[in-house]
Amino acid sequence: MATLQDFRTNEKAWWCPGCGDFGVLAAMQKALVAVGANPATTAIVAGIGCSGKIGNYINSYNLHVPHGRALPAALGIKLANRDLMVLVAGGDGDGYAIGMGHFMHSLRRNANITYVVMDNHVYGLTKGQTSPTSEEGFQTKTSPQGSIERPIHPLMLAVSAGATFVAQGFSSWQPQLASLIQKGIEHPGFSLINVISPCVTYNKVNTYDWYKKNLQNLDEDSTYQPTNRARALARLHESDEMVTGLIYQEESTPYEALIPGFRETPLVHQDLNVDQATWDKILSTLE
Amino acid sequence: MLAWKIGGDQGEGIDSTGDVLAIVANRMGYYVYGYKHFSSRIKGGHTNYKVRIATTRVEATTRRTDILVALNQETIDRNAHELDGGLLLADSAFNPVLPASAKAHLLTLPLTEIAKGIGSAMMRNMVAVGASAALLQLPIAPFVEYVAAKFEKKGEAIVEANRKAVEMGYQRIVDEYAALLTYKLGEPMPGDRLVISGNDAIALGAIAGGCRLMCGYPITPATEIMESLAKWFPLVGGAVVQMEDELGSMTAVIGAGFAGARAMTATSGPGISLMQEAIGLASVTEIPAVIVDTQRGGPSTGMPTKQEQSDLLALLNGGHGDTLRVVLTPGSVEESFEDAVEAFNLAEQFQTPVIIATDLSLSLWQQSVERSKLKGPTQPIRHGVTFSREELLTLGEGVFQRYQITADGISPRSLPGEINGQYLATGVEHGPSGKVSEDPINRTQMMNKRLLKLQAIHQVREGFKYEGPEEPELILVGIGSTVGILREAAAHLEAKVGVAWFRTLSPFPTERVQSVLAVAQHILVVEQNALGQIRQLMTVHGVADARFDSFLKYDGVPFLPEEVVARAKPLLNLLEVY
Repeated sequence: MATLQDFRTNEKAWWCPGCGDFGVLAAMQKALVAVGANPATTAIVAGIGCSGKIGNYINSYNLHVPHGRALPAALGIKLANRDLMVLVAGGDGDGYAIGMGHFMHSLRRNANITYVVMDNHVYGLTKGQTSPTSEEGFQTKTSPQGSIERPIHPLMLAVSAGATFVAQGFSSWQPQLASLIQKGIEHPGFSLINVISPCVTYNKVNTYDWYKKNLQNLDEDSTYQPTNRARALARLHESDEMVTGLIYQEESTPYEALIPGFRETPLVHQDLNVDQATWDKILSTLE
Repeated sequence: MLAWKIGGDQGEGIDSTGDVLAIVANRMGYYVYGYKHFSSRIKGGHTNYKVRIATTRVEATTRRTDILVALNQETIDRNAHELDGGLLLADSAFNPVLPASAKAHLLTLPLTEIAKGIGSAMMRNMVAVGASAALLQLPIAPFVEYVAAKFEKKGEAIVEANRKAVEMGYQRIVDEYAALLTYKLGEPMPGDRLVISGNDAIALGAIAGGCRLMCGYPITPATEIMESLAKWFPLVGGAVVQMEDELGSMTAVIGAGFAGARAMTATSGPGISLMQEAIGLASVTEIPAVIVDTQRGGPSTGMPTKQEQSDLLALLNGGHGDTLRVVLTPGSVEESFEDAVEAFNLAEQFQTPVIIATDLSLSLWQQSVERSKLKGPTQPIRHGVTFSREELLTLGEGVFQRYQITADGISPRSLPGEINGQYLATGVEHGPSGKVSEDPINRTQMMNKRLLKLQAIHQVREGFKYEGPEEPELILVGIGSTVGILREAAAHLEAKVGVAWFRTLSPFPTERVQSVLAVAQHILVVEQNALGQIRQLMTVHGVADARFDSFLKYDGVPFLPEEVVARAKPLLNLLEVY
């Protein structure tokens, strides 16, 4: 059984002291241990941004791809070897700006992939510009007079796009976050865990204290059942997505289990030679 | 050799009618080559389909048409000039008029009326098939047999009606136009051949080469590769994913390559532009990936249904940063199959993206191909150097160096799932372990490693082919679908003319090109783009000199063998004058 130590590398994380991403990293490692993952059979794909560094700090097979492209890369890995545990980590810019197309289609495709988004409402690595989740009026170097665009609501988007697992965590609330990531990994389909991961350097508005004051913890609301898409949407709308916990989950058959003729044995373990009878059958369609 | 053409509006079954003629003639032992004129719309607009039928291999279209079947007046107006004393069969339903300038015999038959008499105007094209068989003086039986098999699933009544349509078309020609039946094809060359396109060949080659995942986005003229694999993959346990765009298609293929599967994508110009981003990732992370670019008219949307070879420089140098990719350029349908198989071997062996560059003509136009050239089960699968599970276990934890410096630049891979093989594959510059590094010495070493490793490709593959006399006066140089056209042109030129074509465009096969071209007195580079991209490459690599001339075409229409002959003749005459 792997331990937390097994999922660590000898690299020192270079995020700013106090960055929410430390909490996300810790929770991911805890979740991997909790589900009994093995570093050798775990693949983590990361995008570009401060969040994208996370792969450097988790001992597993890591693929670090161009900005916004983490989700399709993860799909390729999952289809190549469906025995692997595949996780994706990225930021709000990576997932909800440049990668938005892949985000929406990954939700409806529903391959068994766990997507952890480190959402800080700001671009950090490029030193402080507006992000798609920045609030209206948010002042940055690219919006000195305040952002005039409405923010993306990733959770409502996900629920309405046909997601089968949607959750939100807060990097400071470790036990809940680790548990949400664990549930996401265990969910047989695409799981979105949006994580509020404050940026201490470039976001002086959405701070730890601000989130602690404004977030509602769904775990403390015994009346909320995460099984109804319409109610999930209503709750997200009423709270302006300021909730943590499991927001929506439904029974799911992952994409890879629905592909016609796709085998349970991973592609990477299959004999690649075609037998004569199959080849003749293929050629007969051209006669 | 005869050229038959049928024309009408798009959506009128022109394609399937041409297919019937091509497939049946092929079964009878003739070699066929089909060329379609079409536009980017589904219904309406002129379309035509020309089938050359011959007793020897044919891989180009031609200017001349011997028999034209016209389903509307527009077909006559647009195509009658190709008939030089040939036969024009027209449906009397539209009162066909032969232009005064046309040199042709007009034959009319009430194609639509005959079809209606049998039960439905839908069978008009089958009447035309029967009539065409008569005009070509081919036996009727193989056509009847094919039609019966084609409609078998639709029931006896449909089979019977179509059989009758073919027979009546045939009989009416024999009865009414016997005096005009002078065309004769000659004895067929019996053999086991299939009528397939380059796209078919690539999809087949991919399966034979062990590809089991295709992530793509529909685009003309590449889509058939995806469609064929969607049909065939369930038989071998593979999967086709229709992605949301080409950015995702390419990245998914890289993800699969990282995990150890053989995966591919196929696209055309606009898609390849989007894929450049991730192709850079595959280069720097040394992850195998196979990309097919069926070139079409560019730039931007360009001419989606028209032939061009203008992506070449982008395939070699597109995207940012210094990267080398392998670019394979098949010069025939058979070579498309070979290269599709080989691309997956080279990608894994050299840990690199491999691009197969074809073009619209090569990818879409069907021709007779020997079944023996399409070997599926016996293809070698070469995975390249890897660390075995056992070796990794012996190595211990945290020791494996994914990008260790080696003599040939190729570092053994590990695959996810293998204990002690974990590493970071990143688009950021990295050191031997995979960890990010901006150290100047490391950077130089890593860049050199990536540039060095591909040079060995020329040891496993001949990058430049030559066919022709030992001491040619002229060598015609081409690529892709142009190669077949050059072969036909060379056969028509009454001089010592050879044909040479690139099989590997990157890395550039400098030595081989030099040795092939050394003996030629004159070299004509024939390419379908405006910038002379192949000639540019030859110049950059120092193989071009004063013997070189270019023949460029960028109007979207393939070269005709006749055009190449006309362009080459003065070069040969010039030599005689000296």
